[in-house]
Amino acid sequence: MEATVAQTGTEGKTWGGGNRPLNASYGKLMMWFFIVSDALTFSGFLASYGFSRFKFIDAWPIADEVFTHFPFLHGVDAPMYYVAFMTFILIFSSVTMVLAVDAGHKMQKNKVIIYLFLTVIGGLIFVGSQAWEWATFIKGDYGAVETKGGKILQFLDKDGNRAAIGDFAVRLPSTAETHTEGNGVWYMEGGTKTSYNYEEVKAGFLANENLLIRDQELVPDMAALRASDLEADKQEVARLERSYINLDATGEKAIYNREMSVNKLVNDGKLVVEGANLKHNEYGTPLFADFFFFITGFHGFHVFSGVIFNLIIFFNVVIGTYERRGHYEMVEKVGLYWHFVDLVWVFVFTFFYLV
Amino acid sequence: MAHDHKLEIFRGLVKFKSNERKIWGVFTFLSIVTIIEVALGIVKPEFLTENRFLAMRLLNWIFIILTLVKAYYITWDFMHMRDEVMALRRSVVWTAIFLICYLVLILLIEGDYIYEVYKSNYIKFSF
Repeated sequence: MEATVAQTGTEGKTWGGGNRPLNASYGKLMMWFFIVSDALTFSGFLASYGFSRFKFIDAWPIADEVFTHFPFLHGVDAPMYYVAFMTFILIFSSVTMVLAVDAGHKMQKNKVIIYLFLTVIGGLIFVGSQAWEWATFIKGDYGAVETKGGKILQFLDKDGNRAAIGDFAVRLPSTAETHTEGNGVWYMEGGTKTSYNYEEVKAGFLANENLLIRDQELVPDMAALRASDLEADKQEVARLERSYINLDATGEKAIYNREMSVNKLVNDGKLVVEGANLKHNEYGTPLFADFFFFITGFHGFHVFSGVIFNLIIFFNVVIGTYERRGHYEMVEKVGLYWHFVDLVWVFVFTFFYLV
Repeated sequence: MAHDHKLEIFRGLVKFKSNERKIWGVFTFLSIVTIIEVALGIVKPEFLTENRFLAMRLLNWIFIILTLVKAYYITWDFMHMRDEVMALRRSVVWTAIFLICYLVLILLIEGDYIYEVYKSNYIKFSF
């Protein structure tokens, strides 16, 4: 044998092969390196989200005005509660996962089964919740009007409560037809119609003196602006005082007075937006919806694939593969992936919903 | 394989009797931190939103620091990084942290530059 086997000169050395450098098996090490690369991918997404958000900060919605829904509680304003629930579920499923890994170390097959099963359930609840969040986001809330320049105008009453388009728009008989394949250009269909068109919203708004408009501009620190001597700042103060009624609410969205509201709607308004897709959304700049779908979608996909992996390993545990193998390291590796998914969610939750 | 786990957290302040107890202990800690974060996010106390440190609101500093604390405990105890060899820990953690910090730094610098361009010049929207 000695004569035919080539000697590479690395026998017995730490990285010479057949060894466990860093005291971890090949599979576990590779899982860690994969996690590093995926973490860098997600941090690229989050960094670009931060970059875009602060570049368009005056067209970006405020998260706890968008994510205010809770399942089965219609009309209840519950900002952030459901997202907090989702975070809690994912952390809890991480706990059951690490308990499964721990039971695996002690070769307790039944405990591994129970904990791994609970982890899968937690993951499914999370994915279902995220799907529900998407559906609510896409369906929309109060509705809005988009201007010719692309800004989103939202409606409020004089007390500062949001007003839904359906509450004040007027039905106008109209002869406009949506093109179907039968009666329009033969290869094109018209887009989906909103429940009211721009003319109907405009008519309703003009008829109702109580309604005001806001876009996403935030009230700046008026005290600092007024104290400044710069000409640009003085003009800015003049512009703000001409247009808005709630200049004492620093950091909140500025509400136009009635005259400016009518002005904006009639002169700049172009179309009604309800809900969200990748091109328009009723909350703010299109980038907001784009990033929401992209980042939470990527994360949700990772959770979903994690659930699939957990299911596969779960079946393997049940049929006794790891008992025969003598160790439950596969549960540990899949556990690392699952915890990585939880880690990403902790960061997405902070930067998307909290900051 | 690390069958024996280190059972102390908070630099030895809290020591657990078994690995299972340590896991539930860390879970309790993470839940408390999450509840604090969510409560602050809903209430948004004025003292924290109006004061800034290095151009960022104090509230946001709290969120980011608490998130890093949560990330530390998830990585160290749930992913068992505490029990791994120093070389593995360093090659994973230091690489990721260095690259992420670098990315955030250059994007913040770029973002500030572009913000100034938009604010003081004639371009309103280009991408």
